[in-house]
Amino acid sequence: MNKFTFLKSDRSNIQTVVASGLLLVTISILDVLLNSFFKINLLSFLPSKISFFSPLIIGLIGFHLIRIEYSGNKYLDILNKNINTTTFNAILTLVIIFLVIKALPPSLSWMILDANISGDSKDACTGSGACWTYIKVWFRRFMYGMYPNEQHWRINTAFILVIALGTFGLFATEKMKKYLALYYVFIYPIMAFLIIYYLISGGYFGLEWIETGAWGGLSLTFIVSFFCLIFCFPLGMILALGRRSSLPAVRYISIGYIEFWRGVPLITVLFMSSVMFPMFLPEDFFMDKLVRVIIAITLFEGAYCAEVIRGGLQSLPRGQYDAAKSLGMGYWKMHIFVILPQALKLVIPGICNTFLALVKDTPLIFVVGLAEIAGMLALAKTNPKWLGFAMEGYIFASIIFWIICYAMSKYSYNLEAKYKTER
Amino acid sequence: MKFRLLAYLFFFIGFADLFVKIFYGNIFSDLTEDYYEIANPILVFTPVIFFSIGGIFLKESKVSMSLENFGTTRIKYYSPQFICLSLVVLIFLFFTFNAQMNMENRGIDFGFSFLQQEASFDMQFSLMDYDGQDPYWWAYVVALLNTLLVAFLGIIFCTIIGVIVGIARLSPNFLIRNTAAWYVEFFRNIPLLLQIFFWYYAALRALPLPQDASPLFGVTYLTIKGYYMPAFLWNNLNVFVYSVIAAIISIILIRYYAAKLRDTEGKQLPVFYISLIILIVLPALTFLVGGVSLNFEIPVLKQLSATSYIYDGGIAVPPELIALTLALSLYTATFVAECVRAGIQGISKGQKEAAASLGLNTNQVLKLVIMPQALRIIIPPTTNQYLNLTKNSSLAAAIAYPDLVLVFAGTALMQTGRAIEIVSITMLTYLSISLAIAALMNWYNKSIEIKEK
Repeated sequence: MNKFTFLKSDRSNIQTVVASGLLLVTISILDVLLNSFFKINLLSFLPSKISFFSPLIIGLIGFHLIRIEYSGNKYLDILNKNINTTTFNAILTLVIIFLVIKALPPSLSWMILDANISGDSKDACTGSGACWTYIKVWFRRFMYGMYPNEQHWRINTAFILVIALGTFGLFATEKMKKYLALYYVFIYPIMAFLIIYYLISGGYFGLEWIETGAWGGLSLTFIVSFFCLIFCFPLGMILALGRRSSLPAVRYISIGYIEFWRGVPLITVLFMSSVMFPMFLPEDFFMDKLVRVIIAITLFEGAYCAEVIRGGLQSLPRGQYDAAKSLGMGYWKMHIFVILPQALKLVIPGICNTFLALVKDTPLIFVVGLAEIAGMLALAKTNPKWLGFAMEGYIFASIIFWIICYAMSKYSYNLEAKYKTER
Repeated sequence: MKFRLLAYLFFFIGFADLFVKIFYGNIFSDLTEDYYEIANPILVFTPVIFFSIGGIFLKESKVSMSLENFGTTRIKYYSPQFICLSLVVLIFLFFTFNAQMNMENRGIDFGFSFLQQEASFDMQFSLMDYDGQDPYWWAYVVALLNTLLVAFLGIIFCTIIGVIVGIARLSPNFLIRNTAAWYVEFFRNIPLLLQIFFWYYAALRALPLPQDASPLFGVTYLTIKGYYMPAFLWNNLNVFVYSVIAAIISIILIRYYAAKLRDTEGKQLPVFYISLIILIVLPALTFLVGGVSLNFEIPVLKQLSATSYIYDGGIAVPPELIALTLALSLYTATFVAECVRAGIQGISKGQKEAAASLGLNTNQVLKLVIMPQALRIIIPPTTNQYLNLTKNSSLAAAIAYPDLVLVFAGTALMQTGRAIEIVSITMLTYLSISLAIAALMNWYNKSIEIKEK
């Protein structure tokens, strides 16, 4: 590469080199920017093929010029270290910048500038962009399913009550803290079930009975994932203990159970719950579809939960078991007071991830005919008055799920970091 | 002492009850129908109840572990196991009993003879010849192949994307690192079903109609009805395949020879270039002397009716397959990327420095020191992700791609009404795929385990 030494920049000619390099980079970015936003091609005098690649080439030369090690300029060093270490990196940097600039105007105009949100029918959508009117009109359906409009306060109240009960642990006094585990494992699920049953399902206290077929939308996602979480956790705990038991029959039953459910896809489990499970029950024993789905998902996720908890149990040092035994504790005392409190603390992030997977799996209940948000989208999509807005619907649902799942994953990440420092 | 005797008594009753239930049917089933229907769930589980009461009494007797009551410790060892086992057995009995009753009432009998019957439904897409006259078992095989095809394609693409993104997440370049991180955060946190729907119903529906499509790479067409590619028409394909196999064998031999040469004389052969030359030249020779020739069948636009066009000839990839492969590979790639990143980060910097100080160049450091160690961390979780991808491919049913779940657990079940048989076959198929891959992974883990002296 000796031929190109005159292009090699160093500290002696830093002023000219940096000035010309930055100028070239700016020209290249400006060219793409103008091209993308105003359809002006600065370099149109060049042949079309060269003109297409010219911003990249110009920018690359610019980046090559300003790549000076230990230039003495703080900002230049930061720039070089982060986006301009080698020629290959410079190419990637330019390509990413160009792609972002190219992608901005069409997506901006589709989502905001040319989009419509006013009005309440399809005719309001005249622009070439997205039709947010569709989301606005169907919003309640996406949230509450076919639940009657004037009854939506019942779902909201039930959720607020359940969340309020869930925060009980934050206000518990020292004296009550002893019973916190008992509260969360036994009392809270029962209370939550009663609230949801009496308030959302109704039929008592003058509230109208609304069958589960009408439930739907995002609220159904919450109901299903809430119940599955609180039921699959104890199940997973029992299975995890069973898998580590010294009794062979118990151990092999647990292993068989866990490996079976982990080996089959959830969709077949749901099929099983809807077509095969009724065959296994006494003839006139009726079980609601929603209940069957919740049982199926609980059995399924219980196996995953068990594996996570088993990881926590395995990571405890043997000394903990020996110490508990030497105090004369029996199996259950040892596990309840010594092993599980420590193990469960370790697996909180893992449980969070399992719960995340559970939330992401709930749209699947759509295959057994429960109109969860994906089901409502499919329904809205085929409505003759609102044909052709599939894109808006799926983007809306994706954004909602993304926010929920991203928040949860960040939370689990924080918990992980918190418990790592404590150990 | 009293309690212990009571405990033994209850254990005995429980055993007797279980024994009678297994071999002679339900002891109480002679009771009137009405009573039976109400009490059925309770009556079936009586042995478990007896065992549990016995266990409670045993606990009440507060036996301590000593030689004198050795029998009791043995009971403490066996009684929970019997309770669990009998619970499992009884649940199965309960289910089979109900299933028999239900099937009798509906007039269907259990059996797999329906697999020989004519399936009489069509599949939009299949790798092997299939039509409605074929039996159900052949529909099962064809559908399973479709599932495996999606899984195979998904695994290949998710590995490629995942490795690139995983390495990009460790890039010194700020923009690349963050782009990769956002890619992972974005695709990982959206439910897979929504992603499949998005690609199928929203993104791919924006493609042009066949008559408006402009060619991609000259001869392929990406349209709303799928992706049309030229088909390969081979002459003497077997000669070509043999030559490729011969090339691979000779490459293995050369690698072996090069390793030996390196160990004995310390010489390095440019193995990579030699392998590349062999892999290109040997198959290319068959075109000149082996009578092998290759033609392309290029898809041609054909008019079906006034407004409906399709491309005829060549290979047609249906949009369902495209959407499914895209969604599966983009989704799973985020997890693979995390595995790759964790693997590379799991190797301590000292390893790299030690290797460099031995005089190895950058490529050799990566190939001989870093990768073998990183792979040990990367491969087990990645295999798990491949397994997840295979299981997730069952979401194909949601967009009507004819996979195992849609064809067998959907259409075939609807036609025959044999819920138990068909759902069990479907679940067992997935289970055996999973267990086979898990066994393979365990074997691999054992073979790469660090053998400490």
